[in-house]
Amino acid sequence: MTVLSLRNVHKNFGETSIIRGVDLDIHEGEKHAIIGPNGAGKSTLFHLISGRYHVSSGTILYKDEEIQNKTPYEINRLGLARSFQVTNIFPRLNVFENIRCALLWSHGYAYSFWQLLGRQQALNDNAMEVLQQIGLENRANYPAGELAYAQQRALELGIAVASGADLIMLDEPVAGMSHSEAEKAVQLIRKITQGKTLIMVEHDMNIVFDVADKISVLVYGEIIASDSPENIRGNARVQEAYLGEVVSGA
Amino acid sequence: MKTLVKKISPWIGYLLLLLLLPQFFDSVLAVSIFNQMAIAIVFALSYNMLLGQGGMLSFGHAVYFGLGGFLAVHALILIEFETLTFSIIYIPLVGGLFGLLAALFIGSFSTRKAGTVFAMISLGVGELIAASSLIFVSFFGGEAGVSGDRTYGPPFFGVEFFQNIEIYYLAAAWVFIATLFMYLFTQTPAGRMANAVRDNPERAEFIGYSARWVRFISFAAAGFFAGVAGGLFALNYEFITEENLNAVTSGRVLLMAYIGGLGYFIGPIIGAVVLTLMNSLLSNYTELWMLYLGILFVLTVMFLPRGFAGFIMMHQLAWTRGKLKSLALPYVKTGVPATVFLAICVALIELSHVEGEALHYLGLELSQDSGLTWALLLIAATAAFIATRKTLPQLRNAWIEANHMEDSSGEADP
Ligand SMILES: Nc1ncnc2c1ncn2[C@@H]1O[C@H](COP(=O)(O)OP(=O)(O)O)[C@@H](O)[C@H]1O
Ligand SMILES: [Mg+2]
Repeated sequence: MTVLSLRNVHKNFGETSIIRGVDLDIHEGEKHAIIGPNGAGKSTLFHLISGRYHVSSGTILYKDEEIQNKTPYEINRLGLARSFQVTNIFPRLNVFENIRCALLWSHGYAYSFWQLLGRQQALNDNAMEVLQQIGLENRANYPAGELAYAQQRALELGIAVASGADLIMLDEPVAGMSHSEAEKAVQLIRKITQGKTLIMVEHDMNIVFDVADKISVLVYGEIIASDSPENIRGNARVQEAYLGEVVSGA
Repeated sequence: MKTLVKKISPWIGYLLLLLLLPQFFDSVLAVSIFNQMAIAIVFALSYNMLLGQGGMLSFGHAVYFGLGGFLAVHALILIEFETLTFSIIYIPLVGGLFGLLAALFIGSFSTRKAGTVFAMISLGVGELIAASSLIFVSFFGGEAGVSGDRTYGPPFFGVEFFQNIEIYYLAAAWVFIATLFMYLFTQTPAGRMANAVRDNPERAEFIGYSARWVRFISFAAAGFFAGVAGGLFALNYEFITEENLNAVTSGRVLLMAYIGGLGYFIGPIIGAVVLTLMNSLLSNYTELWMLYLGILFVLTVMFLPRGFAGFIMMHQLAWTRGKLKSLALPYVKTGVPATVFLAICVALIELSHVEGEALHYLGLELSQDSGLTWALLLIAATAAFIATRKTLPQLRNAWIEANHMEDSSGEADP
């Protein structure tokens, strides 16, 4: 079943076209990597899907519902969660609160000002579980802004997946990490996206071929190929446009 | 059980303090100051729901205080003329509901954005309401304001509120309740999301929350409690004027919250107490107290960016390690010359302010015309300043020593 589907999506910033007619289908349970050179528009595409930007034209369907004109919070409530390329956390809240906040809506608290957080056992247990999953349980009381970089990235990931969304979008989740940190993060991503649909932007081809079962290649705002990892590896156009030495070297 | 005791004991202490204060200081002046403090505490706490907890810098929070106060006085008048009959103990609630109503209306557009846009709208609305208070004379009473009488209404268990001390106990009850509810608000989903939106409104939207709604709820709650404070004001003074909702009052509550410390729930309480004391006591001694208030604000912003509460909390680590004692002597060593320096600065300021006559200051009689006095003061100020600077490194070292991490890994949870 197709969960997310983009139809002829365009995005212009003033005169410049950044996304130039993207068609893309994401199937349920798929681990879909989006690759492409810097400035190709990968993050912009994420922003369009998640509601941060509005499309210039085209439609985006999530579970058959048009979402291209919805706000980020409306889209999130439909079960689509994302992380950001540049760490985007709540710096003055502690790590536990960061995760708990990410859980609030899906636990049905909405804007409640008549329930005390300390008494919400299920919520608090769930937040602790997520902290354990992302390996930050012994940092629960630290202000998030004071964590080390790799830990902030783990928290970034945790906020995205905490709510139990069905579709998770990760924008360069391991960028800037050391090799061993990245390895750990990839294991974490595998673990926490089990049984969910994943769209991930990633530059490291080893990770992409390791995690993804489908790859789309975005170049200058257009998807030039969308296929299984093996076929992408063999695709001459992709080789030429982007992969080149990376794949032959790998 | 233990955690429950730990949670409740500060509240019991707070309640006892509120109830016992007039036992220790029972002069007319003291009680009048306590009443002002009570009003200021509720007002400053409500302001911090905006700035400290919600990241909304308001220059017009007095609007909700003042409107609540005006309606409260009108309610007193209605009680007086027996149009309404209820005990005046509920007057702060009347103020609160009107503050809430005003905040619901104004917040519906002002909370769309935080930051500069919000600040400018709050300033504009503040000016607008202050200006219209001079236009709609029947409600605001023009420059004279409106006045009522709190002693009508049905007595509350025999109390008729003729005396300020009776108002104090009523105010203390309201302060306790309002403080408790404002604290509890911080522990709810809406309260916690207010912090999240303050930190990062964008990310909040990607976890399902409309930043605008979150701000709106805090704004409405802040309006309600500002109105409660306005109602307390109405009860205490039995009159209210345009001054109580204009930019000066808005500025003062910002100062209170800031000086006390925005990042801590207790901060605005400290700020309200300190500024009320300065306001009432200092103004007895000098016409220049506003100047000192300004200097205090500038010094706080520069040296204690997290306010008095932040300064106190800074010592938590040293305290848990039992190293607070090692700081005492360095504090005294720096504190004494620093205090002397400030005292001489005050002398210089006051000396340039007196006209003709001599200045009586700390038991001294200083003459403006004596060049020698000026010279001595300046020399003493310089000496005190140098002494302060000289002792500062010792204090700094002691501080580092007291807060030094023994295990360099720093793994322990704070
Ligand atoms: N808000 C914006 N306004 C103008 N140009 C933008 C904006 N956001 C992104 N761009 C441009 O769009 C292009 C694609 O950016 P981005 O989506 O971040 O690329 P990628 O994530 O693939 O590296 C870049 O050239 C960038 O400068
Ligand atoms: Mg990018």
